[in-house]
Amino acid sequence: MRQRTPLELARAHPGPPFTVTVDGHETAALPGQTVAAVLWSVGVTSWRSTRGSGAPRGIFCGIGVCFDCLVTVNDRPNQRACLVPAASGDVIRTQEGVGHDELG
Amino acid sequence: MVIGAGMVGAACALYLARAGLATLVLDRGPVAGGTTGAGEGNLLVSDKEPGPELDLALLSARLWHDLAAEPGLGGAVEFEAKGGIVVASDAAGMAALAGFAAGQRAAGIEAETVDAGQLADLEPHLAPDLAGGVLYPQDCQVMPSLAAAQVVRAARRAGAELRTGTAVTDILCAPDGSVRGVRTAEHGDIHAPAVVNAAGTWGGEVAALAGVHLPVLPRRGFVLVTEPLPPGTVRHKVYAADYVADVASGDAGLQSSAVVESTAAGPVLIGASRERVGFDRTFSLPVVRRLAAQALALFPVLGSVHAMRAYLGFRPYMPDHLPAIGADPRAPGLYHACGHEGAGIGLAVGTGQLIAQSLAGKRPDLDLAPFRPDRFEEGNQ
Repeated sequence: MRQRTPLELARAHPGPPFTVTVDGHETAALPGQTVAAVLWSVGVTSWRSTRGSGAPRGIFCGIGVCFDCLVTVNDRPNQRACLVPAASGDVIRTQEGVGHDELG
Repeated sequence: MVIGAGMVGAACALYLARAGLATLVLDRGPVAGGTTGAGEGNLLVSDKEPGPELDLALLSARLWHDLAAEPGLGGAVEFEAKGGIVVASDAAGMAALAGFAAGQRAAGIEAETVDAGQLADLEPHLAPDLAGGVLYPQDCQVMPSLAAAQVVRAARRAGAELRTGTAVTDILCAPDGSVRGVRTAEHGDIHAPAVVNAAGTWGGEVAALAGVHLPVLPRRGFVLVTEPLPPGTVRHKVYAADYVADVASGDAGLQSSAVVESTAAGPVLIGASRERVGFDRTFSLPVVRRLAAQALALFPVLGSVHAMRAYLGFRPYMPDHLPAIGADPRAPGLYHACGHEGAGIGLAVGTGQLIAQSLAGKRPDLDLAPFRPDRFEEGNQ
């Protein structure tokens, strides 16, 4: 059976894909996708570890409220993956702890 | 009976209950629902000039250390004896700061003058071009909402009773003007031989219910909250020397100077603005922008850090910058413990102790004359 995707359900006709990197791996993304959508589309559901216990985190609320899906994009830590639109050439990195290792 | 379950009301309840007095705390909202929940948790001696407020700060510092040493309490309120550093940007500011510190040393405050090079050792991320500063090892910090909640809990263990969601609509007075209790919307009339006004910024309204005037005015302050940062990014309470002048100002217009400190949870708090605009809760982007710029001038590394949110509170301002503490001769049985402006978290415990001593008929640790609630009446100046 053919796998159904949200693109088909919404009858979307996105523009041509572009490339981002996820922890160094080249990954295809579509215009309009958030960073979280790109990560999910390649099967990544966790991209941050908490600062206390190091527990895995990904999307929780999906609407920018809970700050659980934080990710480092183009060297800026603590971006909400559910809100930030992916752009061509984005360097997306999983984040450990506060994401500010340069401080402290 | 204590009106107000903020930090000051909580501290009054604790020392009253521990003095063996039957104690009831009322608040129209929750614990720490007013100014307590909208501040930074400063326990400062550094910003106070010699005088009655500094005496109260020193008494309070001793009591905070005692409380923090009680089992479980210090950690639960995030007590940190981290010390404060006041910094000056130029030589003239440094000279003024050094002079201020010399006066404080004479009053028994620990204050070490540090040069620009030593500043870098104490705070590696401070801007390199500062003229110097003064280190105040006695400055401490608590998380204010936790502190109020834990002190209320300790008061209840000592026998105090708490009723939140209980608004005082009137103060009951006998024909001779003495206080007999309060009227509440939720629990009817509650009789008590003594009522402590710990209503903070709303203390003037409570006083008016007993027919007495107390000039407490709201002074609005914003605080910016950054994303969590690694421990050690900001190590002390660090603020610009201008802060002392801002606090002492009677000007209604906006004053702001950076006060920067880390919290146990990770975010860094950036204060402190002051302006008298009534109880206006409108968010002000210009004010928080100015705070951010002033914090950046002290800690340039904060430029790569997000501010997640900002909050505001109304500090209970008194015209002479001293709280009202003690019995009100105009309404026998009414005691005031309010008007601490931005220093209420720190000064709460000393205030609570003094109130408990007054009610128990003991000699208070400090002379209460400078804090007299009727000092603003004509002829009492």
